[in-house]
Amino acid sequence: MSRLKIATTNKAQLTVERLYKDLERRIIASPPGLCPVDLQLSFLKMCHAQTCGKCVPCRVGLGQLQNLMEEVLAGKATLKTLDLIRDTASDIVDSADCAIGYEAAHMVLAGLEGFREDYVYHIEHGGKCSCHITQPVPCVALCPAGVDIPGYIALVKEERYADAVKLIRKDNPFPTACALICEHPCEARCRRNMIDSAINIRGLKRMAVDNARANTVPVPEKAESTGKKVAIIGGGPGGLSAAYYLELMGHHAVVFEEKSKLGGMLRYGIPNYRFPRERLQEDIDTILSTGVEVKLNTRVGNGEGEISYNKLHEEYDAVYIAIGAHTDKKIGIEGEDAHGVMSAVEMLRRIGDDDMPDFKDKTVVVVGGGNVAMDCTRSAIRLGAKKVGIAYRRRQNDMTALPEEVEGAIAEGAELYSLKAPHKIEADENGNVTALWVEPQIIGPIDAWGRARPIQADVPLLRIPCDIVVVAIGQGIETRHFEEAGISVKRGTITAMSDSEVKDVHGVFAGGDCVTGPATVIRAIAAGKVAAANIDEYLGYHHVVPCDVEIPPVSYEDKEPCGRIQLSEKEAGERKTNFDAFECGMTKQEACQEAGRCLRCDKYGYGSLKGGRAAIW
Amino acid sequence: MGEKMINLTIDGIQLQVPEGTSVMSAAAGIGIEVPHLCFLKDINEISACKVCVVEVQGKSKLITACNSPVEEGMVVFTNSPKVRRVRKTNVELILSQHDCHCATCVRSRNCNLQQISNDLGILEVPFTEEVPETPWDHSFPLIRDSRKCIKCMRCVQICDKVQEMHVWDVQNTGSRTTVDVADNKTIDCSDCTLCGQCITHCPTGALRERDDTYKAFEALADPEKITVVQVAPAVRTAWGEELGLSAEEASEGKMVAALKRIGFDYVFDTNFAADLTIMEEGSELLERLDNSRKYAWPMFTSCCPGWVSFVSKKYPEYLRNLSTAKSPQQMFGAMAKTHFAQKKGIDPNNICCISIMPCVSKKREASLSYMKSAGAGQDVDIVLTTREFVRMIRAEHINTRFLKEQAFDSPLGESTGAGVIFGVTGGVMEAALRTAYAVVEGKNPEADAFRAVRGRDGRREADFVLGDKTLHTCTVSGLANAERLIEDIKAGKVSYDFVEVMACPGGCVGGGGQPIHDGCEFAEQRGGTLYRLDSERKLRFSHENPEVQKVYEEFLEKPLSRTAHKLLHSEHVNELYFETHNYL
Repeated sequence: MSRLKIATTNKAQLTVERLYKDLERRIIASPPGLCPVDLQLSFLKMCHAQTCGKCVPCRVGLGQLQNLMEEVLAGKATLKTLDLIRDTASDIVDSADCAIGYEAAHMVLAGLEGFREDYVYHIEHGGKCSCHITQPVPCVALCPAGVDIPGYIALVKEERYADAVKLIRKDNPFPTACALICEHPCEARCRRNMIDSAINIRGLKRMAVDNARANTVPVPEKAESTGKKVAIIGGGPGGLSAAYYLELMGHHAVVFEEKSKLGGMLRYGIPNYRFPRERLQEDIDTILSTGVEVKLNTRVGNGEGEISYNKLHEEYDAVYIAIGAHTDKKIGIEGEDAHGVMSAVEMLRRIGDDDMPDFKDKTVVVVGGGNVAMDCTRSAIRLGAKKVGIAYRRRQNDMTALPEEVEGAIAEGAELYSLKAPHKIEADENGNVTALWVEPQIIGPIDAWGRARPIQADVPLLRIPCDIVVVAIGQGIETRHFEEAGISVKRGTITAMSDSEVKDVHGVFAGGDCVTGPATVIRAIAAGKVAAANIDEYLGYHHVVPCDVEIPPVSYEDKEPCGRIQLSEKEAGERKTNFDAFECGMTKQEACQEAGRCLRCDKYGYGSLKGGRAAIW
Repeated sequence: MGEKMINLTIDGIQLQVPEGTSVMSAAAGIGIEVPHLCFLKDINEISACKVCVVEVQGKSKLITACNSPVEEGMVVFTNSPKVRRVRKTNVELILSQHDCHCATCVRSRNCNLQQISNDLGILEVPFTEEVPETPWDHSFPLIRDSRKCIKCMRCVQICDKVQEMHVWDVQNTGSRTTVDVADNKTIDCSDCTLCGQCITHCPTGALRERDDTYKAFEALADPEKITVVQVAPAVRTAWGEELGLSAEEASEGKMVAALKRIGFDYVFDTNFAADLTIMEEGSELLERLDNSRKYAWPMFTSCCPGWVSFVSKKYPEYLRNLSTAKSPQQMFGAMAKTHFAQKKGIDPNNICCISIMPCVSKKREASLSYMKSAGAGQDVDIVLTTREFVRMIRAEHINTRFLKEQAFDSPLGESTGAGVIFGVTGGVMEAALRTAYAVVEGKNPEADAFRAVRGRDGRREADFVLGDKTLHTCTVSGLANAERLIEDIKAGKVSYDFVEVMACPGGCVGGGGQPIHDGCEFAEQRGGTLYRLDSERKLRFSHENPEVQKVYEEFLEKPLSRTAHKLLHSEHVNELYFETHNYL
């Protein structure tokens, strides 16, 4: 008899491991709109299957909780049942030996608190649920602008790039911007995850705009002029989107932009290497081709040479406020006024205006962990800095920046100072920055949103010598002028309703970053689209925005697992020396294969019942 | 696009069909019927049941024939071993959640699920039976039996796409997904007008009318009761369909004979009441035209209870546009329990007034609280659909082939061609115009002078000169078309004088109470039968109906008289608004 044995995984175990992975991907692809109580019951069933069976609360309790939840779903429960579920789950939490039991019960308690109204609804409506799948196509459901993604993927597959651009433009007049820099929320729950991984949707959109430049694809015919005029404050993606659709509807849009060029954060926030200016111009030119009137270097305010909001409100039939979030936030530490401290907003604005800051051979520390911090870092490298570091108070994987942005910055040579909270800025006798002092942290307890909070480490302060400190810890909104004019502002953002109309002010709409706080381009575009539709209604019209592109039929090819095509980039050593674009588009071969992976949820599944697309809006 | 031809092979047969053709219709073209359950052409092409799966050479996954267009060079097998196995499994899965007590099902012998299951030779289901049961108000004229629902979604789609009433919807998510009244309402609180189109498009017995045949049998068996039955025009076009009779064999005379054999004491014709309706409604139209400032325009017909219910639920502000004339069914009921009872010396309380209708909504119309103007309970006591009538014939084991033709009884049995065409879209309009013309011009027009109002389109406009006026008319069938009509009227896009609306596509011939033929629409064919009967009638003008003339002489005096108002009209505006909104 052998005393010890080498453990080997048997076939069953290997298969189960693979199925775990399948399940993980399936959960990622969970469609929105499902009954949370039903889902919770399914989770609980899986938890119960994990029990070792020793302890009563876990072995028996988790099963009895399922029975009670079945009663709720079958309409056989009363409000007392909910009390019993809660009490039993609490008792399991308090007495189960290990996490298999008490964490399962925790999930039940969290659900009972988080969607109690759904439990109650089932009880009060004989087991019926109030949940509905409203948008059957996951990518479209998650795109804030509701772009017809399966439609343009199918068009790209057929190499009908101009038609793809037209189709995208029905819901989003910035196809190029989104092809290059969209955060692609559409990919998050792509059903293809159930097979292998999400479709590279942004990459396929890029294929379309690279092969049919937006400014070469004509805009649709405009509706007859209504004679109405709409003032749009802010020439960023949100304001220009609203202007574009309003012009198509026959209204005249006049954009007031305080800076010397259009584009907002697309120009003054996103560096050229991510979104080349000439590509931005393709979208802007297309939008302007509809007849949008632009007043550059025109600030809305009460100062000299400025035009007041009240005047716009008087002179125009409607007003759309899309001023974005362009003010900087201060850390509030000693020495922040030293020479060499710069805000991210200021740095990127100067770059946007081709007024390059002099970072040559300087040591730069960027404070922050978001995408803007990465943009500053990578720009600083391109400006010739000797060394660029990123000081962040949490861990790398806690950063809000996209992982590829962080990895890109590191590849280009940025130094990451994680778990370092800024303490003070040290300056020399001339007031020039000499160092950033940081407080080392250790990662600590997890907050209610599931984020680990840093706590001060039991070690001395650390000095990071540097010449420049770039503060990239978020942006604010310049609301004062509007607040003074009577527009409601709460927590620094303009209060607008879901139809984008400003509360209690007729005919004034607002959207984008100035309402939501700093967010994404696609959300600003979506807000512009919503505003255009509701301004149209407000003006007494009901224009529709159609698209006459015919969508290709589905193909009957079997859906075999296949890897996702990633966009390639120029190598780090080459790209870090200049501001040229470094991301490379797909080849036709790649695009065709990638587009062929699309499962066409517009035609299969719920899409075939409820309609896979909104042909007009 | 449609010009391009595609070559393919189905079950070894090479063929060429236009691009865009579905595999199912390509196969049908060469005589291969691919079994299917949920498919309903142009309405429900969602491939939910997966019964119509077929195999494509070189592809491992099966495709659904109903909604997959043909591809160049494809080689299709509609019945390969794999197809047969998968199809059988899917039917077995459907059966595992279906109440398979076919013997007690109203759709037995007319059920595609039963047929396919039999054809596939399914003798037992290997899966656990999981028949879902949800509560339903069985007093409501429309019954949904969740135990028989196969979630094909046809009811949802018919109500969404054809009627646009959105009464049904998918309910719940995940494994608990089912079909029920939208927004978790109860059916009586929904917008349901009881048009019954969901019933006639249900592939199983999940949707049906409330069965009232037992009430009729009870009345027939009650020695105290005098049973008086009326038969709506559209019933005679369809009653023979399920009995294996051709349209010619299923004559009016044989229908009367069947009713007499069942034992009804008096067999009358709703067509008589239709002629009476024309006298009243036609006179009302002329009266409104003469005093046009007093009335809201256009005037709407009021004989379709689905339409009337639609107006009261969705556009109550238009109730005053409805003609005050009651529907023929209700006029008949009021006359049976007054004039007829007096003439025969019968206590109206002993009369059981039964009507046979192509309609489910008539069941509710008869039970409305204000439909009792004769003072002897509801004017109409029992309403049976055409399908229930056929079931009574079967229950009485009547061999229809041996029936000898018989005539309707008098005095409420005589009718003209104008009354006959009430059962088809445009018929009420045409009949009214025939008589209105005669009244205004003092002479009859050509009987077919107004045939411009006939047709298949859901909305048809026609102008006619009537005296010194031009009458703008519009004829609509189907509630989606009705909704669009009202919206256009509201928006000022159109303006008419007289509008006829029938809730069911094609009119009563396509009614929700008519025999069911899975996947086929019979309204047009049945409408043709009505026009044939009209053309064969000696009398084709309502005002020439001698029995109608006699009724006015002996009882009603003249159209719109006090008596006529009391018995034959109702103030829909007040009554229905109250009834509907109380009901809700």
